[in-house]
Amino acid sequence: MALLSVENLTVAFPGRRGSVNAIEDVSLSISPGEILGMVGESGAGKSMTGAAIIGLIEPPGRIVKGGILLEGQRIDTLRPEEMRRIRGRRIGAIFQDPLTSLNPVLTVGEQLIETIQTHLRLSKAEARERAIDWLRRVGIPAPEARIDTYPHQYSGGMRQRVVIALALCAEPRLVIADEPTTALDVSVQAQIIALLRKLARETGVAVILVTHDMGVIAETADRVAVMYAGRIVEVGPVAEVLTAPRHPYTRGLMASIPRIGARPDVLPQIEGAMPRPDARPGGCAFAPRCPHRMDICGHTRPDLNGGATLSVACHLTEEVPA
Amino acid sequence: MRDPILTVSGLKKSFDLSQPFVTRLMKGGERRYVHAVDGVDFSIERGTTLSLVGESGCGKSTVAKLLMGLTRPTGGSIRFDGHELAGIRAGQPSVVRRRMQMIFQDPYASLNPRWRVARIIGEPMKSFATHPDPVARRKEVDRLLEFVGLSAADGEKFPHEFSGGQRQRISIARAISTKPEFLVCDEPTSALDVSVQAQILNLMRELQKELGLTYLFISHDLAVVNYISDQIGVMYLGRLVELASAERIFSTPQHPYTRLLLETVPDITMAHRDMDRPAGEVPNPITPPPGCHFNPRCPLVNDRCRAEAPAFRVHGDAQVRCHAVQEGRSDPKKLRKVG
Repeated sequence: MALLSVENLTVAFPGRRGSVNAIEDVSLSISPGEILGMVGESGAGKSMTGAAIIGLIEPPGRIVKGGILLEGQRIDTLRPEEMRRIRGRRIGAIFQDPLTSLNPVLTVGEQLIETIQTHLRLSKAEARERAIDWLRRVGIPAPEARIDTYPHQYSGGMRQRVVIALALCAEPRLVIADEPTTALDVSVQAQIIALLRKLARETGVAVILVTHDMGVIAETADRVAVMYAGRIVEVGPVAEVLTAPRHPYTRGLMASIPRIGARPDVLPQIEGAMPRPDARPGGCAFAPRCPHRMDICGHTRPDLNGGATLSVACHLTEEVPA
Repeated sequence: MRDPILTVSGLKKSFDLSQPFVTRLMKGGERRYVHAVDGVDFSIERGTTLSLVGESGCGKSTVAKLLMGLTRPTGGSIRFDGHELAGIRAGQPSVVRRRMQMIFQDPYASLNPRWRVARIIGEPMKSFATHPDPVARRKEVDRLLEFVGLSAADGEKFPHEFSGGQRQRISIARAISTKPEFLVCDEPTSALDVSVQAQILNLMRELQKELGLTYLFISHDLAVVNYISDQIGVMYLGRLVELASAERIFSTPQHPYTRLLLETVPDITMAHRDMDRPAGEVPNPITPPPGCHFNPRCPLVNDRCRAEAPAFRVHGDAQVRCHAVQEGRSDPKKLRKVG
């Protein structure tokens, strides 16, 4: 059974000119120990999907359709205080900026111990042991001494390691990592990627990795969901989606990424820009930029369909069995 | 080099971080400086692109500011087409300033939100008096808008009506409005989405071909730099550690830091590499390690590296700042695995 399954999730924000869907009919599932990458441009809805799963959609936005099941339990309809118990205990979160994710006036140890004691029945001494153990696991040198220091005494990469320890210390089944390496330099980013993969393998925690960086997805994720204008347009195993993308958007996106080792005269580019949520065209949202546009694309929205592993939302591939 | 338009030598910029004088007198304590740019040498041939790459805090953006006269160098020289710029007071436009323009990273912060696009693009032409007549100026603005892929009607709009990529096109139109020969581009695509990034990079290369522009390109993204550059300079804690042609940097990187950077770029073609990740992070620039700044992270470190800063020397067809390379202690084949 899937650890988490999201079905036809639609999140809407009421606006002056009617309600606007931030994400539309998003369906996905993730198994224990799996790393699912969610990739897309800013405004595509990848962070919104993550926020919906942990129940942190900013009002007045709300889920208007669909549902979220965690280990078979419906969690999108829970009351806020019930959801608060699930956050941290069963779903952890890692955000982009390690400095704002940590409380600057508490030591790293106090924050870890508080989180552990909130969710697990442990004495203070046991919680402290557990905290030191987590710091060691995320690669903090001399954790017995570092546990009593403050976040500002850590470097950017070490802080992000602490954030990861905080997200995992209550032993959740699922972690939402929203751009966890974006604020870091490349050499540190590589270390954090390796750490996330190691921890997923060791603890069996499932990770939803939200990022705009295809390189990070390629190195970290098992499967990837590509989002465009609020919908998943392609989902499948990383190797397949990245090397043989089927949706014209994914194809254009992959081609437009500059690569080390290739120096073309002109980079392939997708003309135009992604439409804003309040100005999405009817039919396929990518149609105005699509080089393979057909008549049907202008009026009928393609559904995400395909085989057991790979699905594409495109009229072009509808006849192609996956 | 045949015809360098810009030559930078021994360029230095230090920022004073000391406590105020009276505090130092009362409580003691020494003067402290951060050497953001610590003796940088390079030159750029007319019509080509030199990129500076490095991680945050390496001084690449400070170099950009120094060239543009936004801050004054502590030492060294900047020669632009025969004119010395280093002595000119910050904020005071020189005779050559019209010929140098800048494109900034954030297209949201670098355009005045209360000005119409036509005024934004026309302003440099007005202040440098290249088009003093408003009617002629407006005509030039319309031409520029179309040149960068927008339409003349867009001149009447405000910046908020445009997407990030379109705003960066406006920034580019503004930068080329005074017909400069030299553009400093400080991370011009890092705030943009990838599909839009390709559009802007293509536009910049097109402009270079058409107008014969020379670029100094600042970026942390090696793949972008690979696409746009003729020469690449790698910076680490205020110093250039390697300078070579783009082909050379990517095919045979010599400095251990350059190799580390290349190894760690997440690559879409090399899924799930399981390799030993390089340890450590960039040290605090206020207290850099003695000797070679890279020595605590370097796999080739020895006692000399810990004590003595290496010089920036020509090695093959590159310039490298590394004892190991100069002493022949670095075997590229062996090193590639160590990273």
